[in-house]
Amino acid sequence: MNFTESFRIAIRAVFANKVRSALTMLGVIIGVAAVILLVAIGTGVQGEVTSTVEGLGSNLLFIFPGKQSTTGGGSSFGPGMSGGKPFSLSDAQYLRTRLQLIDAVVPVASGAGNARYQNRNDYATLSGTTDQGTLVVSATLGAGRFFNRSENDAASRVGVIGYTVKTSLFPNGEDPLGRVITINGQRFTVIGWYTKVGGGLSGDQDNVIRVPISALESLTGNSRVPIMLVKVTNTSDIDLVRAQIKRVLAPKFSDQITVMSQDQTLGIFNQLLGTLTVMLAGIAGISLLVGGIGIMNIMLVSVSERTREIGIRKAVGARTYDILSQFVIEAMMLSVLGGVFGIAVGAGGAFALSGLVPTTVTPWAVAIAFFFSAGVGIFFGVYPAWKASKLDPIVALRYE
Amino acid sequence: MTKKPTTDALPKGAADTGRSLASQRENAFLGEDRRRAEWGRRLDGRRTVLEVRGVTKVYQLEGIEVHALCGVSVAIREGEMVAIMGPSGSGKSTLMHIIGLLDRPTSGVVSIEGEVVGDLTPNQLAGLRNQHIGFVFQSFNLLARTGAQANVELPLVYGGVSGSERARRAREALERVELGDRLNHTSGQLSGGQQQRVAIARALVTNPSIVLADEPTGNLDSRSGVEVMGILQDLNAQGITVVIVTHDANVARHARRIVELRDGEIVRDEPVPDRLDAHDEIIQLGMNTVGGVERARAAGDPA
Repeated sequence: MNFTESFRIAIRAVFANKVRSALTMLGVIIGVAAVILLVAIGTGVQGEVTSTVEGLGSNLLFIFPGKQSTTGGGSSFGPGMSGGKPFSLSDAQYLRTRLQLIDAVVPVASGAGNARYQNRNDYATLSGTTDQGTLVVSATLGAGRFFNRSENDAASRVGVIGYTVKTSLFPNGEDPLGRVITINGQRFTVIGWYTKVGGGLSGDQDNVIRVPISALESLTGNSRVPIMLVKVTNTSDIDLVRAQIKRVLAPKFSDQITVMSQDQTLGIFNQLLGTLTVMLAGIAGISLLVGGIGIMNIMLVSVSERTREIGIRKAVGARTYDILSQFVIEAMMLSVLGGVFGIAVGAGGAFALSGLVPTTVTPWAVAIAFFFSAGVGIFFGVYPAWKASKLDPIVALRYE
Repeated sequence: MTKKPTTDALPKGAADTGRSLASQRENAFLGEDRRRAEWGRRLDGRRTVLEVRGVTKVYQLEGIEVHALCGVSVAIREGEMVAIMGPSGSGKSTLMHIIGLLDRPTSGVVSIEGEVVGDLTPNQLAGLRNQHIGFVFQSFNLLARTGAQANVELPLVYGGVSGSERARRAREALERVELGDRLNHTSGQLSGGQQQRVAIARALVTNPSIVLADEPTGNLDSRSGVEVMGILQDLNAQGITVVIVTHDANVARHARRIVELRDGEIVRDEPVPDRLDAHDEIIQLGMNTVGGVERARAAGDPA
């Protein structure tokens, strides 16, 4: 008997018990869909991080307090960094005066605050930078301007609001420029707003208010600067500048600082996200395994239900291999069909979620999920099929 | 003379066991000599299709040895119609399983078409069954939810016959049992007699050496039973070797030769003295042919 015959028999068996086949497949469908969806989210977020960081330009250096550790752990900000005292604004100023070959040193700090305008509220992320913070912002202004150097130096109460903040506080197309909003009870003048960025791996990237870092200090009561960005004039000088930074900061911080280029930063993020994605996919994979056990269960039922059929087939000349392949193919068909539906559900789910989280359905995740599910079908189908193929035709024919 | 390399090697008596046994019980019936002579002529020069010699079968049932067969020897020649008879427990089912190559004897020799079925693997036995044996079971044993033609094709599927050839031969076989118009009917849509005829078609489709029928009328009403016996007699008249296993003496009387088993031994092996012709019975039942039954059904007869 050839493969097409086994295939036809298997199709007939799968469709003869539609409800049972569908329920059996459900386990595989859920497993495959979960793997695809989680990998899609992981990959999507990774892509988002990459494009955000790359959007800043390749000539950036990131300075974190603390030494990069190889054993994981880390401070609240930099992944893999530990120990070290935080920077302050004066460190940024000092660095700027001592470095050559650079365009800017931008200290970045953040907090959260409640913004109010008239009777409307918005709880937003507060991001503090200097007037050169435009270098690290990937959003584009819809109207108005970023704060300037004198506003920065004077810790002026001015802010540039993100699109979400604009729509919550000024809902009816009202022009926010020049309006005075209160942030944590302090009055700030809106001097600009950003168009929609969308997506965001750590919540809504549009729900942000950018203020001078000096003004942020008075809002959060916290003068720590967790990260400084240095923009190098020529990308070729990047290693030179890195050495300079370490030398300049050495007297105060000794070796308790980490200077990373954009590539290194990305590398760390991607490694972290990659690990997370694989872990989540692995957990989802366990549900695939459970689905496989469901297939084995049903195949065992099917074999004992069809004992007589097996007896007839053997009496008229079916060999061990014929019966074995018939049932293995049937199990495989259940799992492969489940895999195909699972891919559809996973991809559909990824599409549906793409408004909330960045998702990317990658071909390799689809391929792995598909072949893994097929493998699960073969693995869990072999035992019931083997049992069927070993039945004694006399006993099987007598079976009621 | 056809090939019989193995049977030639057997002691002469083996093939004649039946006759010599029978001759010991000489001679209850008038005309016995004439019939025996006719039988001898009929089988003269016919090759032995299947032979079992000195076959025993011992089962272990809960630690107790059960001797189902104690040295049975039978030779079946081409074109014979043999009934293997006996009450339950006589060993006839065991003998059927051995003749049907579904089981192997504990000791003794089984050969089919000259090939000794000794140490063959289950897969090799499956191949021989596919090639040489056509089974007809008491409970029909058709595949459920499967059309008549697909059921008849089944042995050809395992015989590696290609799709179009398979369909042609299956249709031919179904026409031989007058079911050419029921190709796609599933067992649920067929009467018991029709199902058994599909089973006969399935047994015929490979052109087997032996059609082996196990209580073929056991699950049928008497009329359908006679029809089925009629078909088996017709097939035998066309030269097909038929072996019927039954406990029913009336069924056995449709055969040409009766082999009777009791307690695992052959107690009788002789020509049927008063053979029944299923066609006469059908006429007595008011139907002239099998087709007549179909016509009667079509006309609304509840039979």
